[in-house]
Amino acid sequence: MRTLKLMKTTVIASLLCALTPVAGMASGVRTEYQDWLLPEQPAVPADNKMTAERIGLGRALFFETRLSKDGNMSCASCHNPSRGWSDGLPTGHGHRGQVLGRATPTIVNAAFNKIQMWDGRKRDLEDQAMGPMEAQAEMHSDFDAVFSFLNSNARYREMFEKAYPGEGISKNTLAKAIASFERTVVSRDTPFDRWVRGDDKAMTASQLRGMQIFMDEKKGNCAACHSAPNFTDDGFHNIGLASYGNSEPDLGRYKIKPIRILKGAFKTPSLRGVEFTAPYFHDGSAATLMDVVEHYARGGDVKTDLSPNIKTLDLSMQEKRDLVAFMRALSEPGLEKAGLPNVPVLSMDVSED
Amino acid sequence: MQAKHVMLLAAGMLAASSALAGEYEVAQENKDFTVKTLEIKVGDVVSFPNHDEFHHNVFSISDAKTFDLGSYNKGETRKVTFDKPGTVQVECAIHPSMQMTIEVKE
Repeated sequence: MRTLKLMKTTVIASLLCALTPVAGMASGVRTEYQDWLLPEQPAVPADNKMTAERIGLGRALFFETRLSKDGNMSCASCHNPSRGWSDGLPTGHGHRGQVLGRATPTIVNAAFNKIQMWDGRKRDLEDQAMGPMEAQAEMHSDFDAVFSFLNSNARYREMFEKAYPGEGISKNTLAKAIASFERTVVSRDTPFDRWVRGDDKAMTASQLRGMQIFMDEKKGNCAACHSAPNFTDDGFHNIGLASYGNSEPDLGRYKIKPIRILKGAFKTPSLRGVEFTAPYFHDGSAATLMDVVEHYARGGDVKTDLSPNIKTLDLSMQEKRDLVAFMRALSEPGLEKAGLPNVPVLSMDVSED
Repeated sequence: MQAKHVMLLAAGMLAASSALAGEYEVAQENKDFTVKTLEIKVGDVVSFPNHDEFHHNVFSISDAKTFDLGSYNKGETRKVTFDKPGTVQVECAIHPSMQMTIEVKE
């Protein structure tokens, strides 16, 4: 018993040493955590290298309401920069206010996802970009009208030609431009990132404790799925939400890949920027980050088809608060600015022929 | 890692030098398969041990072989006998970026 107590004391002491650097000293990149730092650039398709022209065109298109059937919705209507590039709603609202079945995922760091959408039905951002325009319940775009408008607008013709010389205005170039812009909405300078890079004061004591719980397989075990570097394993899990107990639940990934483990499974979202994207889960059923933690602490609500990674957690209220504090350390303010500067979106048509 | 290669080589030699079915190992490790392509013969057996701290679920819906090994944790392994020639795409259902290919020869 005494040995055990001693060991415990030593472990805690070591942990404190690791988490309490000498005041005022930057410790350099913490090598044991460097896997959590994002690569400098996201992967891009060979035919869609990022250029200023492509990003600028994509930015304009992302905010262009005239791409939708009624001329009143753009990508940014749901992926709103002021709402963490999501919409603040439990589930999205589409064409003429239709309530959609799933929450709007943020586009923050979507560039680093290896697979897109809650059910993974899109492989990359180019593949995903036309989805909302083609969906009748979402932007419900009339593509004849869209291409007629874009081709009649001198400014857009010029922007497309500079971005994709000789490729014309098509779904392909539209999707590539929007994807290029989305790849600029990146969070890589959160308090956590700064701490990993050696800024000893970047995270509070509570956030540091929360990080340990997050990583510890025997405590939060959050990193099993919210793994490095983008706080997602790009995997699919049924996390036991109450809505899976409905009479006709959303089967999620199973509709795309009919493998038993995927019944009711949805993609693990990244947690970078999570402070600004409430409510949470694919059905928007958790209003706060504490609600999320409580859900996992009780091991989910519906046990049918539950992921084997989901188990009851032994967490005190302080540990739960620390976890929430750590998740806040994964967010950085100011990402909304990636969308708006230097683009006269509303005056795009002043130079029409 | 070296031990694994030796084991794989030994299994390969066994397959080459014997009329018996060969046994191969494709582990799940660091959210990937340790072998990305594998050539085997009809009747050979491949085991899929999980070395990661979390669950994987190996499956294939290829014409040459359809199987779903279900979800299992670190330290467990499950085996598949390949009884038809052809190309078998193997994936983890939970982590779709985990993919590998088995060529089953006559």
